[in-house]
Amino acid sequence: MASADLTVPDCPVESRALDPESATWVRGLGGSGAVHDETVARLHELLLRVARGEVRRRRGQLAIAGPELDDLAHQAAADALIGVVAKVTQFRGESRFTTWACKFAIFEVSTKIGRHFWQHATAPMEAEDWDRLPDRFGLDPARVAEWRDVVAALRRAVDDELTDHQRRIFVAIVLNGTPLDALVLELGSNRNAIYKTLFDARRKLRASLVAHGYLEDHASRRK
Amino acid sequence: MSSWGSLERFLKTDPLDAGCAETFELLDRYVERELAHGDAAAHYPGVAAHLSSCNPCVQDFEGLLAAIAGPAGSTRSEK
Repeated sequence: MASADLTVPDCPVESRALDPESATWVRGLGGSGAVHDETVARLHELLLRVARGEVRRRRGQLAIAGPELDDLAHQAAADALIGVVAKVTQFRGESRFTTWACKFAIFEVSTKIGRHFWQHATAPMEAEDWDRLPDRFGLDPARVAEWRDVVAALRRAVDDELTDHQRRIFVAIVLNGTPLDALVLELGSNRNAIYKTLFDARRKLRASLVAHGYLEDHASRRK
Repeated sequence: MSSWGSLERFLKTDPLDAGCAETFELLDRYVERELAHGDAAAHYPGVAAHLSSCNPCVQDFEGLLAAIAGPAGSTRSEK
């Protein structure tokens, strides 16, 4: 088989041989006319099937059912299709094409679920209720004498150590239980940026609790 | 074990953590490696570290795993 037919066109980094099925998908999407249209239709069918499966798998997180769930799957599949078609030249064959494509459908379902959160949210993301924290972390009320000081120290660290943005993210996610993907939409940001902000906040808060003797200093053995 | 162990685990960060963007980039390879060899965490330690503390990415991982491995989720072309 001619290897030139099984590589991704216009791949700037490295081209590797694709498995025959992946190569067929890539050629179809890169083609024109009936072949292109037929490949796009098959891809949409695949993405919709995967999106429907993912919506069913996660339906416990949603307050909707029936046609609304299917509508969410359709929206996710449509947006995933746009993403896959736009990025097909970036596919390097390091997995099967279908695995690569389906992750876009899964991600779009997550995005749509995040959007759905705000349609049913009852409290503003800025509301700050520290009384919720023990429940969030399963702190036993019967042992409040053990963790009261730690929580108080954590609260002081949130006030004193975090930037306004870190504090906003911490409050929304940790105290209010706002899903990260919902926060992404609310702030017009992206998942990586929000996660990184919370990651840095966690690191600062832990350092503060260590400095004040509430936690032991376990220096990472891997860094 | 302290009574605030879950809080301590939440605050603990892993310097290997790959973040959401890199995890998404590698997720298809991670899932296929896991299904084929069961050692994706060893092969992609940064992704594994991230999946230990990022619920949205865990959801995506589990969703993709189910889509690829599940009985109704075959991604093979039906043509």
